[in-house]
Amino acid sequence: MATVKEFRNNIRPNWCPGCGDFAVQASIQRALGNLDLEPENVAIISGIGCSGRISGYVNAYGFHGVHGRSLPVAQGVKLANRNLTVLAAGGDGDGFGIGLGHFMHAARRNMDITYIVMDNSIYGLTKGQHSPTSAFGFKAKTTPAGNIENAISPLQIALAAGIGFLAQGFSHDVSQLTELIQAGIRHKGFSLINVFSPCVTYNKVNTYEWYKEHTISLEQFPDYDPTNRKMAMEKVADTDGLCTGLIFEDKNKQPFDSLVEGFKETPVVHQDIHIDRDFFEKTMEEFA
Amino acid sequence: MLQELSWKVGGQQGEGIDSTGKTFSTSLNRMGYYIYSYRHFSSRIKGGHTNDNVRVTTEPKSASADYLDILVAFDQETIDLNGGELRDGGIVIADAKFNPNLPDTLSSNVKLVVMPFTKIAEEHGAVIMKNMVALGATARLVGLEANFCASVLQSRFGRKSQKIVDQNLEAVKAGYDTMSNEQIDFSAFKLAPTTPDKHLFMIGNDAIGFGALAAGARVMPAYPITPASDVMEYLIKKLPKVGGVVVQTEDEIAALNMTIGASYAGARALTATSGPGLALMMEALGLAGMTETPVVIIDTQRGGPSTGLPTKHEQSDMYAVLFGNHGEIGKIVLTPSTPEESFYATVDAFNYAEKYQCPVIIMTDLALSLASQSVRPFNYDAVTIDRGRLATQEQLDQVPTGQMFKRYERTEDGISPRVFPGQRGGLHHVTGVEHSEIGRPDEGKKNHVLMMNKRLNKFNGTELPNSVSYTGDKNPDILLIGVGSSIGAIDEGTERLRKQGLKVGHVQIKVLSPFPINTLTSYVNSAKQTMVIESNGTGQLFHLIQFFGLTHPEMKSYLKYDGTPFLPKEIEAHVKGSMIAWQR
Repeated sequence: MATVKEFRNNIRPNWCPGCGDFAVQASIQRALGNLDLEPENVAIISGIGCSGRISGYVNAYGFHGVHGRSLPVAQGVKLANRNLTVLAAGGDGDGFGIGLGHFMHAARRNMDITYIVMDNSIYGLTKGQHSPTSAFGFKAKTTPAGNIENAISPLQIALAAGIGFLAQGFSHDVSQLTELIQAGIRHKGFSLINVFSPCVTYNKVNTYEWYKEHTISLEQFPDYDPTNRKMAMEKVADTDGLCTGLIFEDKNKQPFDSLVEGFKETPVVHQDIHIDRDFFEKTMEEFA
Repeated sequence: MLQELSWKVGGQQGEGIDSTGKTFSTSLNRMGYYIYSYRHFSSRIKGGHTNDNVRVTTEPKSASADYLDILVAFDQETIDLNGGELRDGGIVIADAKFNPNLPDTLSSNVKLVVMPFTKIAEEHGAVIMKNMVALGATARLVGLEANFCASVLQSRFGRKSQKIVDQNLEAVKAGYDTMSNEQIDFSAFKLAPTTPDKHLFMIGNDAIGFGALAAGARVMPAYPITPASDVMEYLIKKLPKVGGVVVQTEDEIAALNMTIGASYAGARALTATSGPGLALMMEALGLAGMTETPVVIIDTQRGGPSTGLPTKHEQSDMYAVLFGNHGEIGKIVLTPSTPEESFYATVDAFNYAEKYQCPVIIMTDLALSLASQSVRPFNYDAVTIDRGRLATQEQLDQVPTGQMFKRYERTEDGISPRVFPGQRGGLHHVTGVEHSEIGRPDEGKKNHVLMMNKRLNKFNGTELPNSVSYTGDKNPDILLIGVGSSIGAIDEGTERLRKQGLKVGHVQIKVLSPFPINTLTSYVNSAKQTMVIESNGTGQLFHLIQFFGLTHPEMKSYLKYDGTPFLPKEIEAHVKGSMIAWQR
């Protein structure tokens, strides 16, 4: 039986002390342990950025691809082996900047993958440029006079793309984040857990204190119904995207792999890929 | 009597020109004739001129004919655009509906036969059958039976209804009978008989799709693009029968990254694209090289640059395929010449990809991808599957607890054992960052050099089997060098020149990487002069040959980049001209 320990390795992350990503790493490890998964049955696919290094910091199969493309790689992994628990992870630049297109399409394609975004509204690894979630007016290296572009709302985009599971966490609350990640993994289909994961070095605006002050837990709304898409849309708008907790889940949505014609329970990787002579000849005959 | 027939049908896109050509060519293929059929089409669905040029021979040919014998026209534009291709004594058969006329520019010896295709079709039930009437007229002219296309019509419409089959056959017969009344010397157009023999009839893209199926490919992420889409359209029909899947991705970047993910997780995976998509795949191509992930990429070249000529022929991606990615990776590039070679090259590609743990690109060109050709049946027993070096569970069990599996172990031949996620004891990391043997980022000087050498030296001195083919004279006065679909036109040109007493050799390059320098050198050194023949504007192959170290004092370049493939007569005339100039 696997526990959180099995998902820890001896690699020291190259994140700055105090980085929000440590809490995300811990939450992923706990969630995987709590779900009693074996490390060899988990694949973590990440992109580029500080947070992209996370695939090396969890004891599982890890793939660190190119910038913005964790989701296409993760979907490929799932196609080859539907028995694996596949996580994709990266930052807001990786997922909502260069990789935004893949995110929307992954959401609507709905493969059974859990996507964890460490959102700090800044480009950290390249040392402090503004990101797609940086607020209007935000000052960074590339916005010395303040950001003249508007921040996108990953949550609204996710809902608009037809996502089946949407949650938002905060690095300050590891137990909530662990639960959200667990729920995302359990969800049959594509799930996004967007995590406010402060950059302590380059973002002096969206700090732990700032998030503590501005985020609103959905538990404060006893009537909130996360199965209601319209309510989710409204709540995300009302809270300016700063609500935390389970925002939306559609349990009836069928994941991609259960809808593929002729797809087998046995993963592709375990199937005999030789075709028999009879099938070969018959298929060739169609060209005569 | 005609030893071979060159027939073309033309009209507006969307009025059944394709299916007319296909019915004609498939029927003759079933009778044992060899077919080479090349379509002219545009990037639009309805409207615009389209035609299908069908060459019928009693021996295999892999090029269009130099001239037309018969042109079937459904509009005046077809005559105006294609009439010039008719040989002396050729015939235009045209629908009376548009009051056809022959432009003054045509040879006075070209005959116009006007027939009421549309009217006859209407009388038999539907205007759409005017194509069938034209087929009947053609059949009579070239001495085929009126029911020559019965089996093809049966397979096409039989499942819908027998009535449709019968109606179409009646329309064919009506066209046949009407032609009988024409005052023509039918014996001059009678097609020589052939020996009944079984061939397949397919486009290069079909051969690649079928090859991938046979090779065990089970995942194909791809984005639609001309002229590559047929590969995914074929596999979307076939992969569900074997538990596989095709995913139409949001773009080519996703397509190759998803292919990489699937291969990393143990599936045989491929994607297919053309120039613009290939450009978008370059970063992922580097990732596949860096992470030593086997992937197969089909690049069906079309006219460039940019959107270029999406439906026209060109061979201008050679530089992009070989040098397009940033940084340096090893890769294998296969350039088959025919559908038959494309099938086996695809099977090989998956084996090479897993043996060498690298990307393999199968580079075709539009003529190879889309021309329909007669093909010898493929050999089931020649299809082998070699998954390369995989770690066994016993090896994995020996990995000490708490340590990672050395996925990038430095071995003598540079090839390390692979494991797939899900395997116990195989945990390791994969990254596009320079890495250690267990896949951890390691940017140290020593490590980078060792790992670069590991990845690049896998191919040292390797020359893949069948990297080139050779026909013609030994020690020739001129050696013609080509790549891709031009094999048929160059071969025919070569044969004609040899019959005229010239000593000509022809080498066709089937592998661009690793470049078959040794084999090619011996051929080139044996020739007095050489000519590199290719469909692009800068002489990419001409320069590549020299880039890879081959020199010859008399190396000439023959380029064509008007969007159409070489014809045998063009090769013949150009080479002859060059020889005369050289001998002076």
